[in-house]
Amino acid sequence: MKALLDLIVGDPQADRAVPSTGITARLTVFAAGAMAFLAVFALALSLAAGRVADRWAEELSQAATLRLPADPDRAEAVLQAALTVLETTPGVATARALTSEEQQALLAPWFGADLPLETLPIPQLIEVIADDAGYDAAGLRARLMAEIPGAVLDDHTRWREPLLAAASRLRLLGWAVILLIGGVVTAMITLAAHASLAANTRVIGVLRLVGARDVYIARAFVRRFTLRAGFGAIVGVVLGVFAIQLLPNTQLAGGFLADFGFTGASWLWPLAIPPLTAIVAFFATRAAALRRLREQT
Amino acid sequence: MIELDNVSYGYGDTALFSQLSLTLAPGSFHFLTGPSGAGKTTLLRLCYADLRAMDGQVRLFGQDAAALDRDGVAMVRRRIGVVHQDCQFLDHLSIAENIALPLTVADRMSEAAANLEQLLSWVGLGPQAGQLPPSLSGGERQRAALARAVIMSPEVIIADEPTGNVDWEMSQRLLMLLVELNKMGKTILIATHDLTMIRSLKSDVNARVLRLKDKQLTQAGADL
Ligand SMILES: Nc1ncnc2c1ncn2[C@@H]1O[C@H](COP(=O)(O)OP(=O)(O)OP(=O)(O)O)[C@@H](O)[C@H]1O
Ligand SMILES: [Mg+2]
Repeated sequence: MKALLDLIVGDPQADRAVPSTGITARLTVFAAGAMAFLAVFALALSLAAGRVADRWAEELSQAATLRLPADPDRAEAVLQAALTVLETTPGVATARALTSEEQQALLAPWFGADLPLETLPIPQLIEVIADDAGYDAAGLRARLMAEIPGAVLDDHTRWREPLLAAASRLRLLGWAVILLIGGVVTAMITLAAHASLAANTRVIGVLRLVGARDVYIARAFVRRFTLRAGFGAIVGVVLGVFAIQLLPNTQLAGGFLADFGFTGASWLWPLAIPPLTAIVAFFATRAAALRRLREQT
Repeated sequence: MIELDNVSYGYGDTALFSQLSLTLAPGSFHFLTGPSGAGKTTLLRLCYADLRAMDGQVRLFGQDAAALDRDGVAMVRRRIGVVHQDCQFLDHLSIAENIALPLTVADRMSEAAANLEQLLSWVGLGPQAGQLPPSLSGGERQRAALARAVIMSPEVIIADEPTGNVDWEMSQRLLMLLVELNKMGKTILIATHDLTMIRSLKSDVNARVLRLKDKQLTQAGADL
C-alpha cells in the first residue's frame, strides 16, 4: 500500500533517470484503454444477463396456469371445483379464471383477433399465483387428477429451465471475457515493460554503476506503466459507459436492452476497472523489471 | 578497504592475471600502470564489484564480494567513487544531473545543491552545467566524471585514466583535487599510462606505484 502511494506521489528525479520511449508509452495507453472499453461491455452483459435471469426466475416461479378440460356442458361446475381445490391449497395466493377476452388475446397471435371463441370448445384457463412460500406442485397435481380428470397444471418449468440456463450461461460468459481481458492486459503490459527495459539496458547499467538499487530502477518503470495503464483505462471506461448510455432504451428481446446498463451499486463495477488495471500494471511491470534486472549485471 | 587475495580473472579461456594480491589500506594512494591491454580496467572493475573474481577472494570493506547480493553491491558502490574510462553518462540528462546521479539514486538529493555548485566550478564546468554529455569535449566529460565520482564523498576513489584527454594544467588540477581528498583520509587508486604525471606528484603525496604487466602485479621502484 505504501509502495502504491509512493508511486502516485512519485519522485520526478527518478522518473527523469529513465528516458521515456514515446511509442511504447502511447501503445500502452491505447491498449489499456481499448481493453477497459471492452471490459465495460462484458460487465454490462454479465450484469444484464444476471438481472434478466433473476427477474424471469421470480416471475415464472410465481405464476402457473391450470388448463381445464374443454367440456361445454359442465364448464361452470368444473371451474368451480377447480377454484375450490386451488383456494384450499396452501401456498396459492390467488386463483383467477381468465375472462374470454383474455383468452382471446392469448390466442390471437395464432388464430387472428376475430376468432369466435364461444362456438369453439376452448379449454378454460386459470391463472394461479403462488405466494412467497409457494405450493407443492406435485401434491396439487395429484389432487386435481382425482377431482377433475383432464386438468393440466402448467408451472412453466418446461420452458423456464432452458431460459434460465441460457441467461446464467451468458452471465458466466461475461465474467470469462472479463478474466480474459485481465489476462491480455497483464500480458501486454509485461511485453511493453520488457521492451522498455531492453531499450534502456545501457541506462540501467549506468544507474547500477552509480549505486542504484534494483527497486529504485524498477520503480521508475513501474510508476510509468502504472500511470499509463490507469490513464488509458479511465479513458476506455468513460467511452464505454458513454456508448452504453447511448444505446436505445427499448423493450426489445424481453427487456434485455433496457437492462443493459449500470444502475445503483452496479456503477461500482465499471469504476473499479481503472484501479484494477493500474494494480495489474503495477505488479506486471514490477515482476518484469525485477526479473530483468537480476539477469543484467 | 579493498583487498584482493590471489585473484584470477580472464575473458574466455585466456587468463588476464592470476594469483594477484593487492591491499588498499585506508588513506593510501596508489597508481596502477601498465601497457595498454594489460588488464588495468579489468582489475579496477573487480574492485568495485562490476566483475566477479574467477578464483581467489575480493574483500570490499571487509565483506566478501562474492557473497554480496545485488543490494549489497549497490551499497558498496555508494562507498566507492569511480571515474570510468568511458565516462558512463546518461545522455538524456544534463551534466549537472549526471554529476548528481549518485545522490539521486541514493535518495539524498537534498545534499546535492551546495556540493554541486562547488564541484562544478572546481572542475571548471560551471558554464556547461546544463548541457547534455554528448555536446561536451572528451576532457570536459572526464572532468564531469571525476566530479560525479567524488560527489558522494566516498571513502574510496577509483579513477581509470582520469586525465587521458585533458591538458597538462587541467590534469594537474584534477590530480591535486584527488591529493586533497587523500589528505582528508580518502583511499585513492588511479590507473594511468602517464608516468610524467606520476613523477610530478611525487613531492605532493606519498603514493605507491603498481605495475601490471605479463599477468603480474609488481611494485615499481625508484627507477620511475
Ligand atoms: N568485456 C570484455 N570481453 C572480452 N575481452 C575483454 C573485455 N574487456 C576487456 N577485454 C580484454 O582484456 C584485456 C585487458 O583489457 P583492459 O581494458 O583491462 O586493459 P587496460 O589495461 O585497461 O587497457 P588500456 O590501458 O588500453 O585501458 C584486453 O586485451 C581486452 O581486449
Ligand atoms: Mg583501461
